[in-house]
Amino acid sequence: MATDYATLKKGGFMRQKQKDHFSLRLSVVGGQVSTEQLVAITEVANQYGHGYIHLTSRQGIEIPFIQLKDIDAVKEALAKGGAKPGVCGPRVRTVTACQGAAVCPNGCIETEELAKELSERYFGRELPHKFKFGITGCRNNCLKAEENDLGIKGGIRVSWIEDACINCGLCEKVCREGAIQIENGKVVLSQEKCNYCGRCAFSCPTDAYEKTPGYLVSFGGLFGNQINQGETIVPFIEDQETLFRICDAALTFFDENAKPSERFKFTIDRVGKDKLDAVVWKAYEGA
Amino acid sequence: MMADLGFEVNERVDITDVVCPVTFVKTKVALEELEEGEILQVHLNEGEPVMNVPRSVKDEGHQILKLIENGDGTYDLYVRKVGD
Repeated sequence: MATDYATLKKGGFMRQKQKDHFSLRLSVVGGQVSTEQLVAITEVANQYGHGYIHLTSRQGIEIPFIQLKDIDAVKEALAKGGAKPGVCGPRVRTVTACQGAAVCPNGCIETEELAKELSERYFGRELPHKFKFGITGCRNNCLKAEENDLGIKGGIRVSWIEDACINCGLCEKVCREGAIQIENGKVVLSQEKCNYCGRCAFSCPTDAYEKTPGYLVSFGGLFGNQINQGETIVPFIEDQETLFRICDAALTFFDENAKPSERFKFTIDRVGKDKLDAVVWKAYEGA
Repeated sequence: MMADLGFEVNERVDITDVVCPVTFVKTKVALEELEEGEILQVHLNEGEPVMNVPRSVKDEGHQILKLIENGDGTYDLYVRKVGD
């Protein structure tokens, strides 16, 4: 019987140079792996692999040197620890994320739950080509949002609370965009210059800024054979419902317009950026 | 000058002679030696120190009372120690 490599690959079994051996890619969401999973992964790597794992560039874990004959036993052993194979091929890939506001002092948005939710909605969805989501919690961009087909970057929209301000001037000093000027003891904030980094609000000694977390979304990023920085289309998004509507619209656009093996960026270029803009704006406005 | 502040400074630390992360370490050590409620004056440079040190002090739970720009590329930050 011929080996069905396409089916195997869908299940995260990456064919190795060595005959009948696979590097088994595991499902990891937002870079979070439990110790229970690690124990099961360790046992599988010891018993069925070569006693080591490989960390992929997108927060994944692979167990190299898994043999074709052991696939069922391996899946079963992994399942005991709550681990399972991931995916490769033309579908929605691992959703990556930094640790976000739950852990990081710079985090503007919660990322772990968002990664899980995106993963539940889209992970493994069949498409003309691979499609990558990445979530970064703030402007520092540790997770490199713009190299993903769809990148999500957390930000904070601020508004000044005059009564709470002690006029220390720190916000003006920490702003790297020159968006804050203090005129006669009043904060004047330039919405055009503000990049939603949140430094003013995080630094403020008296919390004299109201903070609204939200998302900046980039489209068409690539970092492989071709390199392209994803670009934003719509402004700061303040609610998850709108964010998901935009993700839905982008995936549908890709599914309906892409040729097989064509990455999102090239579909956008071929079909026309204005077409995607129209779809994304419509989703942004609630349609 | 001191009278204008409206509070009494208990200790002073100069961090203009060090760079990150020692700026914050020096500030933290100085704060540790104070009693709760006492006030520390931190003399610091513009640029990276003023962008990061006040925020780190705030994140540690202390109260920032004032930041004064000296006009010579340095600042004085006044911090009230909170907790032990």
